[in-house]
Amino acid sequence: MSSLILGIESTAHTFGASVANSDGEILSDVKRVYVPPAGRGIHPREAAQHHSSLAHLVIRNALADARIRPRELQGVAVALGPGLGPTLRIGATLARAIASKLRIPLISVHHAIGHIEIGALTTGSRDPLVVLLSGGHTTIAAFASMRWRIYGETEDITVGNLLDMFARSAGLPSPGGPEIERLAADGERFIELPYTVKGNDVSYSGLLTAATKLLQAGRPLVDLCFSVQEVAFSMLAEAVERSLAHTEKKELLLVGGVASNLTLGKKLETVASEHDAILQAVDPKYAGDCGAQISWTGALAFKHRLFVDIERSQVKPRWRLDEVDIPWR
Amino acid sequence: MEEWHGRRVVKKTRLPKSYRVDSLDASIRLARTSREANLLHDSKRAGVPTPTVYQVDTGSCTIIMEYIDGPRLKEAFVPMDRAGLEVMCVLVGSLIGRLHSRGIVHGDLTTSNMILRAGTKLYFIDFGLSDYSGEVEAKGVDLLLMSRAFKSTHFVLYSKAFKAVVEGYRNVIGRQDAELVLRKMHEIETRGRYSERRQADLLSDIKQGQV
Repeated sequence: MSSLILGIESTAHTFGASVANSDGEILSDVKRVYVPPAGRGIHPREAAQHHSSLAHLVIRNALADARIRPRELQGVAVALGPGLGPTLRIGATLARAIASKLRIPLISVHHAIGHIEIGALTTGSRDPLVVLLSGGHTTIAAFASMRWRIYGETEDITVGNLLDMFARSAGLPSPGGPEIERLAADGERFIELPYTVKGNDVSYSGLLTAATKLLQAGRPLVDLCFSVQEVAFSMLAEAVERSLAHTEKKELLLVGGVASNLTLGKKLETVASEHDAILQAVDPKYAGDCGAQISWTGALAFKHRLFVDIERSQVKPRWRLDEVDIPWR
Repeated sequence: MEEWHGRRVVKKTRLPKSYRVDSLDASIRLARTSREANLLHDSKRAGVPTPTVYQVDTGSCTIIMEYIDGPRLKEAFVPMDRAGLEVMCVLVGSLIGRLHSRGIVHGDLTTSNMILRAGTKLYFIDFGLSDYSGEVEAKGVDLLLMSRAFKSTHFVLYSKAFKAVVEGYRNVIGRQDAELVLRKMHEIETRGRYSERRQADLLSDIKQGQV
């Protein structure tokens, strides 16, 4: 008998709910995204208020789309971290209430592992080098002996942050990444910007500073968009290349919101083929933050009876990917 | 490995990377070639064994250097026993300490960039990302990369191994300075990606010309 799991995601700007079954079918995926006013970044408390006001609607729709009643659920999974405290608490509180009311187990899911597992589900990837790129993560990891091991990450801001913040300083609407990709297509001149790779790590704050200053100095926005992408993505390609050579994996799995960027995809495609590996990118439908990444990972955890006591289900804003034991791989 | 004027050498060429824009690619390859050549040489003065550089061609970004016969430390670790491993890690730490004392940071410390010759002499290679720096931040990054290399590849031995590295490092650098670098290393590792305050501050600092 297939188990039905409700998954709730509220780590940052997205409030998502989804129902998945243990056979790997995503029966529904509903979300609402908090969009801050132009020029402003995400304000955690405002985002939390947004989530709070829409949560019931999103969850109800997720159940309706899946055509199931609450009492048919076998478990509730929630992303307890990492992320913003105020928004995390909205999802966590609701998940606890639902689990309690329905007397079904509560499952704790790590948001990044959610990205990885939904990526693996939609691509069939078995043992990849994972490249997770989003607002909350810029991480290169591979699985060994119960855990995801981190081979490289950002030493300051994530590539998602870089793109969002640069877009913001240019007055572009949120989310900034797709806007920058669009404008970059019209860019022609490559402008020199700080390129910082340290081992398998990258560092983006110098790049952001330089690009923002050049923008203020009047350099063309399209050229800057083009150049920011070129430098940021080349840095990633190099870090990934080094990790791929070191780990000798044959699959490269690209996940997270930035995975949908085609310029980046092309570069990683080159790296993969030069190392005798194939590039697999998560289905764009599930690339950004969503409930589906939580419901599916919850279903995997459910199979292994990995439940958490409600009393022990505190949110973990700084939960690291390499701190989680995974029995199902 | 090749033969070159009667010597066993390695010809290291930095090939263009097709995913990089031409001008960016050219400047990176040139900078790294010349930096590597210089720092391979200078590291010897710090007391760190490195391959001897015989020839540098900046046009093709090629370095012809001494071939070091022996396994990478990554593989050499595998058959070692506990005691041997600790001794080796202390040596690794002391060599990193010697580099740092001379104001050199390696920039890509992994067990794939160390070669063990004749079972006893450890050579550091791959100085393309290296640089001259006396800053605590740069040294912290070096140690962080070394720590990460252990945590990801040699995770079973990680805590004992890295402790020995730190011991070797401390022996050369001195307790106080080593403490500063280690603290910085931890700070870099835990720098919050979700630190919303940091994000807002960073942007406004940039706008006010303070960064």
